[in-house]
Amino acid sequence: MAAAVPVQRGAAVGSSRIARSGAQARPAAAVRVSQRSVVTKAQQKREMMMWEALREGLDEEMERDPTVCLMGEDVGHYGGSYKVSNGLYKKYGDMRLLDTPICENGFLGMGVGAAMTGLRPIVEGMNMGFLLLAFNQISNNCGMLHYTSGGQFKVPMVIRGPGGVGRQLGAEHSQRLESYFQSIPGVQLVAVSTVANAKALLKSAIRSDNPIIFFEHVLLYNVKGEVHPGDYCQCLERAEMVREGTDVTIFCYSRMRYVVMQAVAELEKQGYNPEVIDLISLKPFDMETISKSIKKTRKAIIVEECMKTGGIGASLSAVIHESLFNELDHEVLRLSSQDVPTSYAYDLEAATIVQPEKVIEAVHKVCGVRAGV
Amino acid sequence: MLARWGAALQGAGGRPALTGAWRVAAAAAAAVHSASLAAAAADGAAAAASKADDHMDFPGGSVPFTSQLSMVGGSFSPRDPIPCYRTLDSAGREVPDAHLPHDLPRETAVRMYETMVKLQTVDTIFYEAQRQGRFSFYMTSSGEEATAIGSAAALEPQDVVFSQYREQGVIMYRGFSVQDMAHQCFGNWHEQGKGRQMPIHYGSRDLNFHTISSTLATQLPHAVGAGYAIKMDNRPAVSVAYFGEGASSEGDFHAAVNFAATLSVPIIFICRNNGWAISTPATDQYRGDGIAGRGPGYGIASLRVDGGDARAVYCATKEARRVATEQQAPVLIEAMSYRSGHHSTSDDSSRYRAAEEMKAWRARDPVTRFQLWLVQQGWWSDEQDKEARAAARSEVVQALAAAQKEPKPPLSAMFTDVYAEMPWHLKEQYEEVLAHVRAHPDACPADIPIR
Repeated sequence: MAAAVPVQRGAAVGSSRIARSGAQARPAAAVRVSQRSVVTKAQQKREMMMWEALREGLDEEMERDPTVCLMGEDVGHYGGSYKVSNGLYKKYGDMRLLDTPICENGFLGMGVGAAMTGLRPIVEGMNMGFLLLAFNQISNNCGMLHYTSGGQFKVPMVIRGPGGVGRQLGAEHSQRLESYFQSIPGVQLVAVSTVANAKALLKSAIRSDNPIIFFEHVLLYNVKGEVHPGDYCQCLERAEMVREGTDVTIFCYSRMRYVVMQAVAELEKQGYNPEVIDLISLKPFDMETISKSIKKTRKAIIVEECMKTGGIGASLSAVIHESLFNELDHEVLRLSSQDVPTSYAYDLEAATIVQPEKVIEAVHKVCGVRAGV
Repeated sequence: MLARWGAALQGAGGRPALTGAWRVAAAAAAAVHSASLAAAAADGAAAAASKADDHMDFPGGSVPFTSQLSMVGGSFSPRDPIPCYRTLDSAGREVPDAHLPHDLPRETAVRMYETMVKLQTVDTIFYEAQRQGRFSFYMTSSGEEATAIGSAAALEPQDVVFSQYREQGVIMYRGFSVQDMAHQCFGNWHEQGKGRQMPIHYGSRDLNFHTISSTLATQLPHAVGAGYAIKMDNRPAVSVAYFGEGASSEGDFHAAVNFAATLSVPIIFICRNNGWAISTPATDQYRGDGIAGRGPGYGIASLRVDGGDARAVYCATKEARRVATEQQAPVLIEAMSYRSGHHSTSDDSSRYRAAEEMKAWRARDPVTRFQLWLVQQGWWSDEQDKEARAAARSEVVQALAAAQKEPKPPLSAMFTDVYAEMPWHLKEQYEEVLAHVRAHPDACPADIPIR
């Protein structure tokens, strides 16, 4: 057994083989963070915040597979801007938790090269919006090289980070890149929404041989919930049934799941029984779950945070109209952001994104206003 | 002059805010007030201040202070260009006292030359084949054969190569056959890329040669990532990135060299400075000392080599490989060469460059130069040369004829490998395409299998 010393950057590597990682090397301090909310409740509830769940998923996959590494800005000793790699550099070393200079197209391209030569890199975009600076590597290289090489070089990498509209972060920090990325062939798009699915989907994304663009939401890192016990992975291509119902299907993803459920709480009081589906997979759509639901409810509302033109809702609406036209009793409604940059001013920002009242109005429109409402 | 004017301006400003001197003065003034304790404190402050005034320590390192306002670079400190390392003169004669840290064995030298002959033959005949309309596009590497093959000969099979589109000599030297090249240019079903990339965008996993992308310089960050993977795995290998001087104006070049330096990865950057980026001369790509001149600014060991001297390129690359592996650090090589041919089959370079210039460079053909040296060594003869050229010619002609006859990849190749497994929307689109060509047999060329 070789010494379990993580390779350090900067140092010339000697002739003896050095193991890339090892559970033996785990210093007590490094694991304290993730166990803070875990150990105390040990076998019972495993409640934690989303950033902790992502961190735990990352930790488990790095421990399981020595080719998994994380690269980006401030992911090493700083632990990531949203703490997703907090403390992990102590356990795995500063090579596997690699702080890079600032150049999105540079570290994204580096991830592509590392993925093609045997690693499973995760590239963190400090903010998803900044990944527009890496658009060339994502579209021309990351998504294409497996294809253009005739399947010779696979690119098993995860591109992840916080997306969506936060709290008064201005236009550049509030990009919804899923709409920009959805037409790139070769990449898969996954949006997480709960503590449980964040961890389970991250684990699957890391193990996938496809490049996965993994959307976290800047406002969901502190959401609390439980994770699945054990080495649980979730299917990347499957939507999640959030609430079964019969009146109308409301499709949503990421933070809009919470906006929709707020609306549903009110709609229940009004006597409505909507079905809510979290898409999870933004490309490809889980048409099996989508069509099964529409055949049942015969009505669809899409609630999204991205902009109306060319967004996820536009694609989903088109595919529903094309393949399920005869199953529909009402045209598909899309609730999206306006086609404008997101303002810093609180009220303007709030007016840009969909609020629960709009969801309630849309259900009224599609299902008819019930007596007593 | 400028320095004095600047110093005067600083004095006239009256308030040298927060400079070290000001802080010393303030500390000293405060200490004057009383007693020995204060005096001792003042001494300490002065000592600390004098150290702080000597150098500025900050997270990026330590830099000395100067009271002289002076500029460096541009017109302020014109420097001689980095000289160009060569071991053979333009007639293939030994340069006296040339530094040869690495021996070039006879067997390797002959193989290099034979590959050059084959490369010249491929370039000539493939170019003509494109002009005849047999495939859509071609790019020659005329004038740069020694750069590609001299460097390729210095690498090991386990080294990982990322190239641009004018280094076909590298993949040939690594074992890609003329037949492989012909299959790729025709995009037939034997082609490893399954007919998905333009001609000359070769790639071979078996030969550790990554599939070429058309977008310039995108392979450079990939090469850094591969170097990082090599280092992490502690493999006895280096990553090698080829590119032209035009591509080194791309942001990806700057990111890649900076990343390689800061992350300390074993990588060799090999720039072919061939003077022309389509119609843009190198003088319009940069103002500094070429590409090698940038290396020290990034903290990278750099050298300039005569790209027309195959032995010099071989020695330079061998040495770069030694430094990169031993120090786990990047090395930048700028090989000065000349694009003797047009940019591509879509270009006519006589429209933008002087006939005299082209003629002069063609007279300095690097293949002839290397051949002259081999003959002087007694390792090669005119007879062998004739035979090698005749054999290469018939191999290339036969390879093209064979590749042209082969069927194209089936329609399904359009949809496979986009993802590891075909998702439903691609299956649906595949079915639509199949249904369309079955309904309209004329819509699909006869040499594309419908399946």
